[in-house]
Amino acid sequence: MDSLTQKIREIASNILKEGRVDMVIGFAKGTIPMTTKPYMARTPEQVENFIWDKNCTLNLANYITGRKEKIGIIAKGCDSRNIVNHIVENKISRDQLYIIGVPCSGMADKHNPDELRDNCATCTHRNPVIFDVMAAEPVEEQKIDDPFADVKAVEAMDKDAKWSYFEGLLQNCIRCYACRNACPLCYCPTCFVDESGPQWVGKGQNKTDIQTFHFLRAFHCAGRCTDCGACEAACPMDIHVRAFTRKLNKDSLELFGWEAGLDITKRPPLDTFNPDDPNDFIK
Amino acid sequence: MANLFEHIGMEKERLQFSWISSAEAGKFTNVATEVANTIEALGPIDKFVKKTD
Ligand code: SF4
Ligand code: SF4
Repeated sequence: MDSLTQKIREIASNILKEGRVDMVIGFAKGTIPMTTKPYMARTPEQVENFIWDKNCTLNLANYITGRKEKIGIIAKGCDSRNIVNHIVENKISRDQLYIIGVPCSGMADKHNPDELRDNCATCTHRNPVIFDVMAAEPVEEQKIDDPFADVKAVEAMDKDAKWSYFEGLLQNCIRCYACRNACPLCYCPTCFVDESGPQWVGKGQNKTDIQTFHFLRAFHCAGRCTDCGACEAACPMDIHVRAFTRKLNKDSLELFGWEAGLDITKRPPLDTFNPDDPNDFIK
Repeated sequence: MANLFEHIGMEKERLQFSWISSAEAGKFTNVATEVANTIEALGPIDKFVKKTD
């Protein structure tokens, strides 16, 4: 057994035995090869189901929203950043959590197991930013010259090319909302697409309704998205959902010098007013 | 928001912001005319339009 898996099980089992937490959230083997599923262990015996490999692609911060128990959670770099978001947004309190940090060297692409998945290839926060204990020594962070090359390529297109690019991107979306459900940011009790009075968006497979869903969902993630890739990991239709959020991540960085989920003492830029905020869009 | 608009191929100018006090009648008419003129120059939108037929 892989030493990281062993270490995770050991820590998880100890904190459960000591009664420090009521449950530990981690990954267990999925039902088909090369997949994992989120798993909550409530007893030291259940800890034996935890695994750690290249397929832990979901974001476990998604499963702590609004919970009342004391929770142990296994966190790679991006999960830890979404945990920070959750603390800042009052979805959980820091003292409810015991964070088992796992340095991550990137998760595998779901179709190309020998390669890193897209978001991991440009990740610069592989080590957890917040933790109570680390399961291993930190890994070296990647140095990426141009993390937003893909966004820039779209920015360089003319407006019709951009539109057809995004139209093409979404044409296979079946609107199952798996992306939204897997995203730790999407925790609203009733999502705007599910509202019926007023009904903001049509419910069917109308192309414009699908586009509206993606466009607005992305905007709700502005300044909050950690590029964890859970949305794409969950999508059954291989939609490049991050094409939208990455543009917003790039803007957040350029306009506000902001990367989401790095510091529990800072509010996200769209939530605060600062006299230096760029405001040349106001006439 | 305007940046994301532009990113998917819509004209950024369709979304404009202004801060006008209730005492600034002159500014209000100027901005309103300017908005109307820019939008008129852009013409009707052909993207992101829901067609019901
Ligand atoms: S998970 Fe994929 S198919 Fe489902 S709504 Fe999201 S983008 Fe569309
Ligand atoms: S929108 Fe961002 S934070 Fe949400 S699942 Fe996708 S990459 Fe992660």
